[in-house]
Amino acid sequence: MLEETGDGTVLRYPARFNVGGRRPGGETTMKVSFSVNGTEVSGDVEPRTLLVDFLRNDLGLTGTHLGCDTSQCGACVIHMDGRSLKSCTLLAVQAEGTQVMTIEGLADGDMLHPMQTAFREEHGLQCGFCTPGMIMSAIDLLQNNAGPTEQEIRDWLEGNLCRCTGYQDIVKSIQTAAKSPQVLPSSARPSRRQ
Amino acid sequence: MYQFDYQAPDSIETALAALREHDEAKILAGGMTLLPTMKLRLARPDVLIDINRIESLAGIEVKDEAIVIGAMTRHADVAASELVRDRIPALSDLAESIGDPQVRNRGTMGGSVANNDPTADYPAGLVGLGATVITDRREITADDFFTDMFETALEDAEIITAVRFPVPKRAAYVKFPNPASRYAIVGVMVAETPDGIRVAVTGAAPCVFRVAAMEAALGKNFTPDAIASIAVDGAEFNEDIHASAGYRAHLVNVMARRAVTAAG
Repeated sequence: MLEETGDGTVLRYPARFNVGGRRPGGETTMKVSFSVNGTEVSGDVEPRTLLVDFLRNDLGLTGTHLGCDTSQCGACVIHMDGRSLKSCTLLAVQAEGTQVMTIEGLADGDMLHPMQTAFREEHGLQCGFCTPGMIMSAIDLLQNNAGPTEQEIRDWLEGNLCRCTGYQDIVKSIQTAAKSPQVLPSSARPSRRQ
Repeated sequence: MYQFDYQAPDSIETALAALREHDEAKILAGGMTLLPTMKLRLARPDVLIDINRIESLAGIEVKDEAIVIGAMTRHADVAASELVRDRIPALSDLAESIGDPQVRNRGTMGGSVANNDPTADYPAGLVGLGATVITDRREITADDFFTDMFETALEDAEIITAVRFPVPKRAAYVKFPNPASRYAIVGVMVAETPDGIRVAVTGAAPCVFRVAAMEAALGKNFTPDAIASIAVDGAEFNEDIHASAGYRAHLVNVMARRAVTAAG
């Protein structure tokens, strides 16, 4: 099912969800423009296209995973305007004009983000499927609470499921990352607390 | 998901006009219920009116000693608000207990209230605290607003703009959450409001309800013991793989007593 694109570097899936339910005369596509990892992107999407599908299928950013597709597992967590959200429960058109950050936007060239480094050093992953969502969620936690307790970390991960690790090393990874002075990206917003 | 058209107006007036224009239009607030429902093809709106761009609908302020929370205020912002925490910590706790952080970052008070899911937390919060729902055209007391399962007093093409909460003397919300979804199997808000004691229950029955016997008993003696022997009739209660109707009826008393203790 994979298609190679012109420059041979990006793999894309053919659109999978454009089946059934089309209304005669209904508007088929809309233009959407927003920023992903600091780069302006745009595309023509059906209103029902999910943000996760646009990121993966249209932009080729397959680091954001589609796990349960029911907003429970958290594999699809991204940041929109600085907040962690589940991209399987957002429409691509809702991203219009926003700043989206995906797992691909964290590393600076070969330099991993401190949260990524911590997950590697503390063995915070096994199969790795949940990891992009875990990391995006964990960074949002530290944006709101720079020094979370173990319980606060576990409570925060309510919406991120991992079937391999038993969470122990994920919690440890986040504790390790919290000690890194560079853990928050420069774009991190100040605390929401007012 | 079935195909639909999408509009994102930036004013309430434009949103209302769009709603009036289309019979099968739906308002998209946080989308934490609507979008999953559409994925399951249980809902099939022709048009989604996305009100996330109407800035006047979000925000928290103190007005005439009550807290007014805009309909598009996210659960995370209610939970994080010092204004709310200082005056109605029970409401902060309730907001903090909804779903997971990503749901709280997106889901809105107005959306939850308009949906009136029988297991949602906010209906108990509004009824228990004696809140008032403010729409584009009128005010509706919480007691009158929630009418039945997924049913409210809202008319067609009517938009919730805010909810007003009087500051209670004391209040607490305690719930027995479904361990997977965090929806309330049973949740109870107990509050001593300016107009008296209120006990509101969500999760147990098809719609949020008050327990008059408990309110009367707590009015005389605000202790868990005062309501220990007050049972609720669970004949019409919800029943699913998670809890029987009888178990839910039992939990109402347990959660109510815990809420009284927590309210102090």
